[in-house]
Amino acid sequence: MSDLHMTPLNALHRELGAKMVPFAGYEMPVQYPLGVMKEHLHCRAKAGLFDVSHMGQVILRAPGGYAAVAQAMERLVPVDLLGLGVMRQRYGMFTNETGGILDDLMLANRGDHMFVVVNAACKAADIAHMRTGLTGVEVTEISDRALLALQGPAAEAVLVALVPDVAAMRFMDVGIFGSEFGELWISRSGYTGEDGYEISMPETQAEPLARALLAHEDVEPIGLGARDSLRLEAGLCLYGHDIDTGTTPVEASLSWAIQKVRRSGGARAGGFPGAERVLSELHEGASRARVGLRPEGRAPMREGTMLFADVEGVEPVGHVTSGAFGPSIEAPMSMGYVPQRLAAEGTELYGEVRGKRMAVRVARLPFTPATFKR
Amino acid sequence: MKFTEEHEWLRVEDDVVVVGITEHASEQLGDVVFVDLPEVGREVVKDDGVVVIESVKAASDILAPIDGEIVEVNEALLDDPGKVNEDPMGDAWFFKIKPADPSQMDEYMDEAAYQAHIA
Repeated sequence: MSDLHMTPLNALHRELGAKMVPFAGYEMPVQYPLGVMKEHLHCRAKAGLFDVSHMGQVILRAPGGYAAVAQAMERLVPVDLLGLGVMRQRYGMFTNETGGILDDLMLANRGDHMFVVVNAACKAADIAHMRTGLTGVEVTEISDRALLALQGPAAEAVLVALVPDVAAMRFMDVGIFGSEFGELWISRSGYTGEDGYEISMPETQAEPLARALLAHEDVEPIGLGARDSLRLEAGLCLYGHDIDTGTTPVEASLSWAIQKVRRSGGARAGGFPGAERVLSELHEGASRARVGLRPEGRAPMREGTMLFADVEGVEPVGHVTSGAFGPSIEAPMSMGYVPQRLAAEGTELYGEVRGKRMAVRVARLPFTPATFKR
Repeated sequence: MKFTEEHEWLRVEDDVVVVGITEHASEQLGDVVFVDLPEVGREVVKDDGVVVIESVKAASDILAPIDGEIVEVNEALLDDPGKVNEDPMGDAWFFKIKPADPSQMDEYMDEAAYQAHIA
């Protein structure tokens, strides 16, 4: 694994007994000795600590301040960024000319500039995309900071002991805090469906801060394995699987991320790549939709499973894009794309697993209710 | 007890062979969440896929180690697949097979050879 990047916590992962795997060009912990199932359940019961330092942190500045950056960025994402409050964050996506998704990301208004966090695998392409697409904006990749996520019902109590002011934050608030671990950039967000925080810190402080958090009896380190089952139970998309350049935000059931002002009739309607298709789908509906799927029985229906409208159907009507066993729901769960006419909750479909057609029902997402602090 | 390179163990019990997976295999698989067992009475040939194990990570097959007839399956695993992690060498056997040719057992490793194999 010599060509892989390492996060500042690599040595700590090894010390904690993690099994390391290559992921998006990084050597990352897939699980710790606790194991995927118990890590998942621990995160939902108490608090889990995730190393997400492989993700890209980028600062966008322009002479005209945040508004100028937001205006430029609205040409790349279908999200209302001019209307985003100071020290607030929003989920969004870069679209391509056909309305497909180049990456999904978090965008924050930090007063005089914008801070974005992008997926590790898309980091280089996203930064190039922003450098080309954002005229008059200085795009700075922050490569000397690490990123941790602390997720779960105990996250607030744990972090408050180190940074008292985070108690007042609401879901999707962002803040910059001085601390004994240097300047921390904290958002009340995450990708597990749980309340929690994402914390950016100077890379030299990553290990001391991680150790301080792990010293709390309620905190366990969580690997990529449980991160995946947690986000799937929470109904959240994994880029490259549930969404990609061939899926539009509307097909992906991410229309909620496109505010009214960017839709037809809005003051700043369209103006992003692929807007014609995306706006038309918002109005007319897309031909297919990303849905939750609950297989009957206990066998997981994994990514790539073909979906059929009936037991004997010859032509698949859709496919699974993510599938696993949900430790909290104690049942298999999947997400996938189906035609709009088969997207209603409760619709019975069949997935072909090892040559056998297994019944599966369209189900409401998320599979587990979110517990964000609104 | 005999061991295959695919990390199965085989234990002779009277005229049948009990088949399970090793501790090492269960650790590699991670938490097992689903087990699909063969039908009792099925005639199998060595290397037929007979069991599917789904763990939190992936699906894996258990192949028939020898030719014969499946005479019993461990239905307790259907309700409690986690047993495969808790007691892979004991309670969590998968199936019993009546060998067509008991000499097929001879090619497999004894415990010392298996330990050397995974070391």
